[in-house]
Amino acid sequence: MYRYDSFDQRVVDQRVAQFGDQTRRFLAGELTEDEFRPLRLQNGLYLQKHAPMLRIAIPYGLLSSRQLRTLAQVARKYDRGYGHFSTRQNLQLNWPRVEDVPQILAALARVEMHAIQTSGNCIRNITSDHFAGVASDEVIDPRPYCELVRQWATLHPEFAYLPRKFKIAVTGATSDRAAVLVHDIGLQAVRDAAGAVGFRVIVGGGLGRTPIIGHVIREYLPRAEILNYLDAILRVYNRFGRRDNKYKARIKILVKERTPARFAADVEAEYLHGANGPGTVPDAEIARLERFFEPPAYETLPLEDADCRAALADNRAFANWAKRNVAPHKTPGYAIVTLSLKPTGTPPGDATSDQMDAVADLADAFSFGELSVSHEQNLVFRDVRKGDLFALWAELKALGFATPNIGLLTDIVCCPGGDFCSLANAKSIPIAQAVQQRFDDLDYLHEIGELDLNISGCMNACGHHHVGHIGILGVDKQGAEWYQVSIGGAQGNDAALGKVIGPSFAAHEMADVIERLIDTYVAHRHADERFVDTVHRVGIEPFKERVYAAAH
Amino acid sequence: MPQLIKQRLVTDDGWQLVREAGALGDLPGGVPVIVPLKLWIERRAALIARGDVGVWLAPDEDPAALAADAARLPLIAVDFPQFTDGRGYSHARLLRERYGFAGELRAIGDVQRDQLYYLAQCGFDAFSIRADKDAEDALHGLDDFTDGYQLTQQHTPWFQRRAAPGQAPNPGDVWFPCA
Repeated sequence: MYRYDSFDQRVVDQRVAQFGDQTRRFLAGELTEDEFRPLRLQNGLYLQKHAPMLRIAIPYGLLSSRQLRTLAQVARKYDRGYGHFSTRQNLQLNWPRVEDVPQILAALARVEMHAIQTSGNCIRNITSDHFAGVASDEVIDPRPYCELVRQWATLHPEFAYLPRKFKIAVTGATSDRAAVLVHDIGLQAVRDAAGAVGFRVIVGGGLGRTPIIGHVIREYLPRAEILNYLDAILRVYNRFGRRDNKYKARIKILVKERTPARFAADVEAEYLHGANGPGTVPDAEIARLERFFEPPAYETLPLEDADCRAALADNRAFANWAKRNVAPHKTPGYAIVTLSLKPTGTPPGDATSDQMDAVADLADAFSFGELSVSHEQNLVFRDVRKGDLFALWAELKALGFATPNIGLLTDIVCCPGGDFCSLANAKSIPIAQAVQQRFDDLDYLHEIGELDLNISGCMNACGHHHVGHIGILGVDKQGAEWYQVSIGGAQGNDAALGKVIGPSFAAHEMADVIERLIDTYVAHRHADERFVDTVHRVGIEPFKERVYAAAH
Repeated sequence: MPQLIKQRLVTDDGWQLVREAGALGDLPGGVPVIVPLKLWIERRAALIARGDVGVWLAPDEDPAALAADAARLPLIAVDFPQFTDGRGYSHARLLRERYGFAGELRAIGDVQRDQLYYLAQCGFDAFSIRADKDAEDALHGLDDFTDGYQLTQQHTPWFQRRAAPGQAPNPGDVWFPCA
């Protein structure tokens, strides 16, 4: 993975010093709350319902075991001994003290981490494919480009006070695991006829209050021009994005109001001024970044491992786990393992400090000391020998991270919701737990098959409910918490926005509602058809009828 | 009174900012004035004849309106009604990089210590610090960072300089992954 040089380290160290002084001036009354707010947000610090929340960047989801141990230690020393992995590959601490934050940031800087631009109206953490570098369907490894964009975005002087937050995702694979269609900018690696690497540029996607699938504004951008083009998009947005209404301030509204074609023309015109200039990235720089992401020292292994095969035949629990939580790797004899942070009974995406330490040890033992965080709020060991899978499974089971539910109904994507977040209309974690408890029969869960359930506690959509096969949105009705249900959403290459099935439900009805949706699916499905495919084939009516016939 | 930072010093301001002026008669005499863009466009010839005039831009005004005058004007000011309105950063870069403005580029309005570094990177060289803030304290903001990654008015992108032949790497640099 990328390692800081003294230049990178100095930038982060100076940011820590700057924020330490800003915090001091705020606590001394020299900065008002209104003056401090944008500054602290750009360092990931929220002042929340019960306590501050600090969002720590995990750039494109990549972590070393050393960094994970530091996160564990920080959560133990300055918080309540746990953290929450978010849907943007960040880690959130829910209970730090404001006056401790500069020290937390200093501790993070010692392991090349920071909280720069994890909130606020600026360019946020760059997200990517959690299988980057090892996916079998990869065009290129996107991580060198993620790092290039990370550096460009870090403290960009022109774009620190944008109309609204700005999220960029990068993928190098044909199968989109980075949700590039629902980001402010999505970059998808492609090759031209001669094999040269470039990017398809998608702009104006997003969830939140106005969910929109992004528009391709350029089919092929040479890789060397990536930063010039990003500068052009951001400049058009910074100048012309709406600032009169925060709900209309995202770039998707500008793209929609101008039309994608005119917006693309505006960007192209702006880009021409910078094209092939000093912002063009030399091949040498890309080669330098690529060296940080060279494959680890893989052993030459047979495609199949005999012991693993035998264990799969003998042990049904192991086989279930392997079926759901293990993915193919591009190197023979290796596999990608997803650690489920979705066991029944704990908030989705949460991990304790002790668990983080244990995961760090396992990463050292089984996966070259590195791991990734997925936007589905799970952890990924990218490089596990097939011969080690059984031993790793046993360790993960003891740790509580081997629930064989990746991609299934109980692998719920969920924001912190009303239990923590001051923006939320409703709690989301208790809904997740009620659904997990209702569907705790593993055989049935596997029989239902692939199903993305996403829960957001408000229309800011941190739980990405619009793209869940089933999406649940917390709404406020006269001060009470209600839940609106949509079905038919999808992420990835066939991204689609779900349709609301009707009036919302009370919290205690939700497990029944989900069960009726599943019953309807089971009654209508064709062989090997996923829930979302059935919804797209038969429409939402049969689901609606079943749910409301029983409920009202 | 706002206090002016120029050439890294808190200094006296020889210019008078005229926030609103519908006609030439609204301008004070005997002192250099910074006039609204609208008045400049309407009474350009007369203001050029007067000779001691700068122009200020609001966030929603287009710096291209001053493209033809960039070589003539001694001073352009860009207004920040709230420091969170970042349009002026793009204005500054356009004035410097596209329209070749080489005179004094001044940030006015809600200008505070914590924005000075970014403002300077974008090409501002004068800062009219908000009246209730301490300009001497604000000076420190210029030194929050010693360098940055991007192409700015102060430097080329770091990757260009890092790659430049003959440039010694920083002491302690790790050029290849060590783990």
